[in-house]
Amino acid sequence: MPSADKTALQVGDVTKRFGGLIAVQNLSFALAENEVLGLIGPNGSGKTTMMNLISGALRPTSGEIRLYGDDIAGVGASRIANKGIARTFQLVRMLPGLTVLENVSAGGVFGHTRRWGKELDDYAQALLQRVGLPNAGDVAVTALTYIDQKRVELARALASDPKVLLLDEWLAGLNPTELKTGIALIEQLRVEGRTIVIVEHVMHAIRSLCDRCIVMSSGVKIAEGTPREVLADAEVIRAYLGDADA
Amino acid sequence: MRQPLAQSLGAAVQLSGRETRSLAIAALIFVAVALVPLISSGYLLSIATSILFYTALATSWTLFSGPTNYISLATAAFFGIGMYVVAWGIELMPYPLLILLAALAGAALAVVVGLATLRVSGVYFVIFSLGLAELVRQIMTWLQHVLGTLSGLYVLIDRTEEEYYWQLLALTAVIFLIGWWIGRSRLGFALRIIGNDEVVAVHSGINTARAKVILFVISSTFAAVTGALAAPRWSYVEPTVAFSPFLSFQVVIMALLGGVHRLWGPLLGVIPFTLLWELISANFPAQTTLLLGATFLLIVYLIPNGVVGLLEDALRQRRRLLQSAGGLLARGGGASGPVKSLLARWRSRNA
Repeated sequence: MPSADKTALQVGDVTKRFGGLIAVQNLSFALAENEVLGLIGPNGSGKTTMMNLISGALRPTSGEIRLYGDDIAGVGASRIANKGIARTFQLVRMLPGLTVLENVSAGGVFGHTRRWGKELDDYAQALLQRVGLPNAGDVAVTALTYIDQKRVELARALASDPKVLLLDEWLAGLNPTELKTGIALIEQLRVEGRTIVIVEHVMHAIRSLCDRCIVMSSGVKIAEGTPREVLADAEVIRAYLGDADA
Repeated sequence: MRQPLAQSLGAAVQLSGRETRSLAIAALIFVAVALVPLISSGYLLSIATSILFYTALATSWTLFSGPTNYISLATAAFFGIGMYVVAWGIELMPYPLLILLAALAGAALAVVVGLATLRVSGVYFVIFSLGLAELVRQIMTWLQHVLGTLSGLYVLIDRTEEEYYWQLLALTAVIFLIGWWIGRSRLGFALRIIGNDEVVAVHSGINTARAKVILFVISSTFAAVTGALAAPRWSYVEPTVAFSPFLSFQVVIMALLGGVHRLWGPLLGVIPFTLLWELISANFPAQTTLLLGATFLLIVYLIPNGVVGLLEDALRQRRRLLQSAGGLLARGGGASGPVKSLLARWRSRNA
């Protein structure tokens, strides 16, 4: 299939069941290289499940997920990380016994691109600079504020130079000032040409950051398009707000 | 052009100045400890031997359990296997070969056990490891019964106390070197990440099962070699002694007493523990277990972070006091620094 853009991630007909509950149902979408894709929808619509399927935390019940043509559905999470998918977590996850610099380095030793020794230290330090923590390398992560922990987590995800970056509600829980900083950071990544999937509830972030959006509700895709298009879609509004006559 | 060996080795491992210094100090200590049998025999040598014996076991235990926080009570299983390889083979093969076989047997058992159990974590792993030692003991008892031997086996070789001491010292040195090497390797870093958050480890690309099994095998192999070295000293080997759960507990307690986040931590637990044990068993032979139990309780209450924790707290406290004193001078006022650190000290003591 000739196309102008290279497809980075191809999700084909993916279903995930938890017993009787269908969290994701026959979902298909494609993510082009250098594209920022938003995955939105009300709570419980299956967004985080989808992220977990892509990153290998969960195995799909059926369907295929291809990273540059390589089927990664059902492959273990560590192998998927090796192949080039990095992620952040809905609730920030720090390594409390390690310094900030080590927290960042942790992402760059065993993942897609591997570094070690001085090269790793320099790279991790440069990433800290990038996310706005140039002097925090030796600090204990427990001493950081919430936004700074989020920065560290982002730097850790970037440390392996991933082909695809998954940001699971990375902006959640930030205050308005922090939110601005956070959006600016992701905007930078976008400008750099990173390939990113964002799960987010902050709508103005979606509007300014995403090239395209997938809207999920109850495990199925109900809309796809530019943020402006999907947010005007009648079905999307109904999914978020309920029926007009409700 | 061929580089001089030392230079190329140095380039291969890239030692920093500080590391070279610590290595030099370690080498000096090693030499000093190696001289102990020359200046003394009898009681002092036997205490030093005990200390080395437990240092080997507690340090190798910590190689795995320190970074991963998986508390293993299976030391006795591997120790006993090592002992039994020697006991069974001593009539057939030379002793050094048996030590090697003991290492292989311990490693093989650790691979099987590791693959089967390291997917379970927390308390399940603890219970499993305890059960494992018991299981191996029962199998050995049964095997002896089937083979029609006595309830125990004799291990009689010609070896002096001094030789045993030096063998243990060499083993301990190897354990420390391997531990030091792991600590600065990717494997060691992976283990620390796993111990902090296994989910992050997996998503950072670490094959957690493989990393844990490798470390478990290294740690268990050393326990088996310790058993192989100890067999002739005990001269009569039977399952209840070789696979004694008491040994597993002792090792864990000593390691925790010292501190498991530093390579030399367990050593700081082994020394006071061994001396205390000597004291108790010499003066109160009938009440050893009781007094030991009471001591454990006191340790857990008073120094939960081990001797290393105490030392590091003290160092940090001192640094903070110096810093705040310096800050006081610089700012010319404000008593908050020293007061705060005193408060922190008081709090950490009462925590």
